[in-house]
Amino acid sequence: MSTATHEVASQAPEVLHLDGITKRFGSLTANDSITLGLVPGRIHCLLGENGAGKSTLMNILFGLLRADEGTISVGGNVLHLENPKQAMAAGIGMVHQHFMLIPVFTVAENMVLGREPGRFGKLDLNGARKLVRQLSDRYRLDVDPDALVEDLPVGIQQRVEILKALANDARYLIFDEPTAVLTPQEIDELMVVMRTLRDEGRAICFITHKLREVVAVADDITVIRRGKVVGEATPDASEGDLAELMVGRAVNLTVDKAPPTLGKERLVLTDFTVANAAGTIVVDHLNLTVSGGEIVCIAGVQGNGQTELAEALLGTMAVIHGTAILDGVDVTHMPPKKTIEAGLGFVPEDRQRDGFVGDFSIAENLVLNRTTSFSSVGNLDLGRIRSNADERIEEFDIRTSSQSQPVRSLSGGNQQKVVLARELSRPLSLLVANQPTRGVDVGAIEFLHNRIVKERDRDTAVLIVSTELEEVESLADRIAVMYRGRIVGVVEPDTPRDVLGLMMAGVPFEEAARSVEKSRTEHADV
Amino acid sequence: MSEELVEEKMMPATPAPVPARAPASRRWVSLVVTLISFVLAFVTGAIVMVVADPEVLGKFAYFFNAPGDALGASWDKISTAYSALLRGSVGSWLAITETTAQAAPLICAGLGVALAFRAGLFNIGAQGQAIWGAIFGAWIGFTIKGLPWFIHIPIALALAMVFGALWGAIAGFLKAKTGAHEVIVTIMLNYIALYMLQFLLTTPMLQQPGRSDPISSVVEFSATMPRLAGTRLTLGFFIALAAAVAVWWLLERTTLGFRIRAVGLNPHAAATAGMSVSRTTIVAMAIAGSLAGLAGAQAVLTPTLLTGFPTQLSLGIVGTVGFDAITVALLGRSRPLGVVLAGLLFGALKAGGLTMAAEAQTPSDLTNLIQALIVLFVAAPAFVLWLVPGLREKRPGADITAKAATA
Repeated sequence: MSTATHEVASQAPEVLHLDGITKRFGSLTANDSITLGLVPGRIHCLLGENGAGKSTLMNILFGLLRADEGTISVGGNVLHLENPKQAMAAGIGMVHQHFMLIPVFTVAENMVLGREPGRFGKLDLNGARKLVRQLSDRYRLDVDPDALVEDLPVGIQQRVEILKALANDARYLIFDEPTAVLTPQEIDELMVVMRTLRDEGRAICFITHKLREVVAVADDITVIRRGKVVGEATPDASEGDLAELMVGRAVNLTVDKAPPTLGKERLVLTDFTVANAAGTIVVDHLNLTVSGGEIVCIAGVQGNGQTELAEALLGTMAVIHGTAILDGVDVTHMPPKKTIEAGLGFVPEDRQRDGFVGDFSIAENLVLNRTTSFSSVGNLDLGRIRSNADERIEEFDIRTSSQSQPVRSLSGGNQQKVVLARELSRPLSLLVANQPTRGVDVGAIEFLHNRIVKERDRDTAVLIVSTELEEVESLADRIAVMYRGRIVGVVEPDTPRDVLGLMMAGVPFEEAARSVEKSRTEHADV
Repeated sequence: MSEELVEEKMMPATPAPVPARAPASRRWVSLVVTLISFVLAFVTGAIVMVVADPEVLGKFAYFFNAPGDALGASWDKISTAYSALLRGSVGSWLAITETTAQAAPLICAGLGVALAFRAGLFNIGAQGQAIWGAIFGAWIGFTIKGLPWFIHIPIALALAMVFGALWGAIAGFLKAKTGAHEVIVTIMLNYIALYMLQFLLTTPMLQQPGRSDPISSVVEFSATMPRLAGTRLTLGFFIALAAAVAVWWLLERTTLGFRIRAVGLNPHAAATAGMSVSRTTIVAMAIAGSLAGLAGAQAVLTPTLLTGFPTQLSLGIVGTVGFDAITVALLGRSRPLGVVLAGLLFGALKAGGLTMAAEAQTPSDLTNLIQALIVLFVAAPAFVLWLVPGLREKRPGADITAKAATA
């Protein structure tokens, strides 16, 4: 269908116009007459907080949602996009945040998914392979067509997604939060790819909430807030200005924190080994010590055992070997109830799944794991539950109309504040927070980070798991880089980003530092 | 993540029909939907009535010559039937107390199903649990003699509840420890309970001496619920109301109820918060079973409706109380007050249905049909809203979403 249609990209460039796009869900206006143009040969960044309406807009553009008002047009021709197939036919391609690939299929098979070449029902896999080679040569996106997708690193899987869009000859490419799952090196590579595609005359729409990436790659910047375009900016805008535009007020992007005053060792992990339900070792003889009054950040690409480490500490995953000692008490095989009683505060990675009961009120969620202290002889003390809620809502600035509002209806940032408010409202020995600010808006991040630092200063041991290097760098007193269930190395927070990046791919610190040093001098020579 | 879709994504995995504490507007819509469901169910019932009556249907053959004939006959039929239904359920003091008598076991078993729902469990096994309750309620009822009623009845009820609880706990245990789905397990346990009843009724434990058919001795007077003279209002109805209050207190005011609700709505978060999901599952099923067992005991300890004499355990004594309980719990939205109201409604349909069948010669299953239709319509609010476009425009809950987005 589309193997030989690449010349289309060189046709006269026409701007894709979104004009007055409005989309309502009930009385919520997700997009409020948004107008923007995707110009061939330029990278257009769509910047906005979670919930600002970026994804809605792109889903409309890709035919997944229908706009209530407004038009999409190319060179004066109005497009009626009712499904992704029509969007693709119009030259619009999307690289999804969550890859739409079938893991057990090969790259070639995935490439032709949905438009299988062949005759009389026989799949032409050679044709598919040839297509992959052609495209990967052309864009220097090196991929083995016969590799199974599930065996590929995430960065390469994303290349397959990009190639899929290119195979369809997309002239307007949407990248929906593409960097969330990548290592810093992979992000750099992606930027190169985006620039190549741009220089070839394609229009790129890059959706993100990460300011650094925007500044690095954008030609045009549109900022949306609460469904409206609130401003346009040029790439020379400062990160602070962009953040202010995005949030609607001045934001402090750095965390104010004093140097740590180290207390005694509180958490000691020795040969800590965790297996998942399938019996695979996911945390592998891990050794780590966290003292009171310090923040240790576990950095690493998602899926290297960080989540399992956190859950095993809580007690929802089985520890098969080694020990965890918390304040001298062996907590290795304790169930969550006991570890919580032993002074563990836990902020789960997926707060909607594990952090709260969405249909419960704020007040109820704030006592979810400590009903015993809010009851007498098995009966809930509603008065104290209510006053506790009032205090926490005040203290943590949870934006809500009432404490009986279900937590489900709060914004991501406020939901996370509920979780953190609950965990920090009792004396802790250890706080384990997994992705404490994922999906949280910039304004709330500032608040949450400050609260975590405050907890550290109470001599609590803090263990943060984060895949966001910005977060790791701004919070950590020490960084432990995790790769395939092991700690590659524990380094200082001022370790250069590219060294951390190499460590996140499993390279030990000395080697990583040397190789970065080497490439720097090479660059200097050139 | 496409945060706009978060609302949908957060739906709990368990399909328990427990609405979140809804805002006032949504509650209003849900009330209207329920009322419209009643109307629709009775309209459908009327159509069935007409179609099922050959005499009335015959008049439709010459509808275009004399439409008055057919319409008049239909109207007569429907009005006779429904006025009989009304009279039989709420038409007199006797009828009202009859309704309460029919409602009592429905409320108890309905509470059992509702409580399990709140824990995220679909307890299809109320029937089996009620059968065990009936077996041991009756057994205590006729084997122990010479006790005053205020001791005899509590003992009988207690033992019935213990065995109902055990039967429920089996399903809870299998679910918690092996992951066996409670729907399958409770259905199978229903069969086992029924066949155990059948078997036990042929053993000396239960079978009345000298009888060869499966029937037990007559329950002692001292184990039979006292009845208000001249009415059919028994102690059983007050026990059912007390059970509803107790379940409400348990769910809303105790730590155990807090855990049950948390596990039901989000077992992952409950486990992360240190609650034992498996223990809560077992305990919830045990309490659910005890409530169903209470319903079963009521069936054997309530005096026969017409004569007021004690009854005896037979194969069909609990009827379909365990299955009706599911519809009661569904209609009552798994809330104790809702269950009481739904139980009273279905009790009224049962009480009035007898009168209706007798006076208007309607099919005997008509009330069951109407019950089923009510639940069907209530369970499919989208269909009802589609029929009544005025309600649809309001988009319940949209204002909440907006508030959340701006918070």
